[in-house]
Amino acid sequence: MYIRQISIFLANKSGTLAEVTDFLYQHNVNLRSLSIADTADFGILRVIVDRPEETLALLKEAHYTCTITDMLAVRIDDVPGSMAGVVRVLADNDISIEYAYAFTTAQAGTAIILLRVENNAAAECVLKDTPFKTVGPEVLNV
Amino acid sequence: MEKQKYYQPELETMPREEMAKLQNERFMKQLHRVYEKVPYYRAKMAEKGVTPDDIKSIEDIRKLPFLSKADLREAYPCGMLAVPLSECVRIQSTSGTTGKRVVAFYTQHDVDLWESCCARAITAAGGTKEDVLQVCYGYGLFTGGMGVHGGSHKVGCLTLPMSSGNTERQIQFMMDLRSTILCCTPSYAAYLGEALKEAGYKPEDNHLKAGIFGAEPWTEEMRRDIQRSLGIKAYDIYGLTETSGPGVAFECCEQHGMHINEDHFYPEIIDPDTGEVLPEGEQGELVFTALDKEAFPLIRYRTRDICVLSRDKCSCGRTLIKMSKPRGRTDDMLIIRGVNVFPSQIETVLMEQGYSSNYLITIDRVNNTDTFDIDVEMLPDQFSDTVRAITAKEKALTDALRTTLGITAKVHLVPPKSIQRSEGKAKRLIDKRKLI
Repeated sequence: MYIRQISIFLANKSGTLAEVTDFLYQHNVNLRSLSIADTADFGILRVIVDRPEETLALLKEAHYTCTITDMLAVRIDDVPGSMAGVVRVLADNDISIEYAYAFTTAQAGTAIILLRVENNAAAECVLKDTPFKTVGPEVLNV
Repeated sequence: MEKQKYYQPELETMPREEMAKLQNERFMKQLHRVYEKVPYYRAKMAEKGVTPDDIKSIEDIRKLPFLSKADLREAYPCGMLAVPLSECVRIQSTSGTTGKRVVAFYTQHDVDLWESCCARAITAAGGTKEDVLQVCYGYGLFTGGMGVHGGSHKVGCLTLPMSSGNTERQIQFMMDLRSTILCCTPSYAAYLGEALKEAGYKPEDNHLKAGIFGAEPWTEEMRRDIQRSLGIKAYDIYGLTETSGPGVAFECCEQHGMHINEDHFYPEIIDPDTGEVLPEGEQGELVFTALDKEAFPLIRYRTRDICVLSRDKCSCGRTLIKMSKPRGRTDDMLIIRGVNVFPSQIETVLMEQGYSSNYLITIDRVNNTDTFDIDVEMLPDQFSDTVRAITAKEKALTDALRTTLGITAKVHLVPPKSIQRSEGKAKRLIDKRKLI
């Protein structure tokens, strides 16, 4: 199961991020998690929102450069070593991680890590026989 | 013995009336020869309704049709030849690609003529057979290296055919062989000045006394920087492959305007819009007629360079007419780090690579070197959520541009519709270099 992520291209100019976040606010979009990739030239804002398809359509209509991606989401215990365990399993199976970030939910004592890998199905497959369980968009509504 | 001031004093200091007579004689002979040997130009004359009988003297040159780069492209490769190929001994070519390439042919007479022009420039910069002349213009099809090299031989200098690049080796030879005259692009001269300083040399540590710099526009400010950092006098030299190469015009000790070798290259200044010849002293497009070249004798070739001609008396004693540094272009050609770049070439690459043709070129000069940046608008479906994918796209585009332009541009992908439009058209160029 996957969680849908929206990525938005940010030109390297002051005010571009504020413009996007204002836009999301105006359309009452709730952010559950986010990360920003920055390079010397440009940035990519990646967000997990409550209504991804609808948000994507709104952004496209407003001529934002954006795309939607399925992210592998894994629930882990909120204790030292959990993240290390997941990453080790993937590394041992030659699955490289493009980027990752995490968020917590209302369910106490656990966290969700979001992983961008080349092949989600392959990653899911190798995690199947481990204590790490993949989760879907239902976790966003807890 | 007094040091020689001129390479060909009888021509370089020829009284005006004699020069006019020489130009007229050479021109009349050349016109008849071209009419007879070059069907392409004969057809152009017919189109304009002119025959050699209408041309009584060089005064009537304004009745003749112009030649432009488009003509040379159409006649490529051999359509402008006025001698059999078996009489030619050399070709040179412009850097241009995507159809802008020009191939020029030379007989031995033409090579001698060209090299003599370069020898005049070297002598004007104080060069004699005692000098060690370091050529760091590129050798090969580019006229820079070959032309100055030949001129240096004619003067009798010890010639170091370094070609461009490999700064460490340039410095080693400069120091070990005690180079006294440096020939390269002004931006490379400035770069060498920096490199020498970084290597711990002071301006007085080298043996250079003069530099002859051309192939790209440069300012008086840049001249001061180069003169200071290398401890030399810096001279400008002008030329283009279509007429022969460097040495069409050169600076003397006055360092104020370039003497045109008008016994070989007859200059006119025209209004670029109407084609009318403008009175002396007015700014316009420079047009050249090769008076005594054999293989590739262009008549009224439009250089696209904007400048001013002057017959003011020069303290160096030369009577050759002077041209100002080019003050701009009538087309959209850019000269970046000495390389000719047409925005249309960039557009072609963008289209080939699947990008929109919305781009913005930004050129600046930082530490005397041109910076060259291109913002390119992505199409919505070219976006990816990973940095790696986007930088890979930038790199692929950079490589494709380098292949076509022969120069590296810094490519920045930007969001669609983010480049400012004026009247619906994207602004294409910001040139922050203050070269005039």
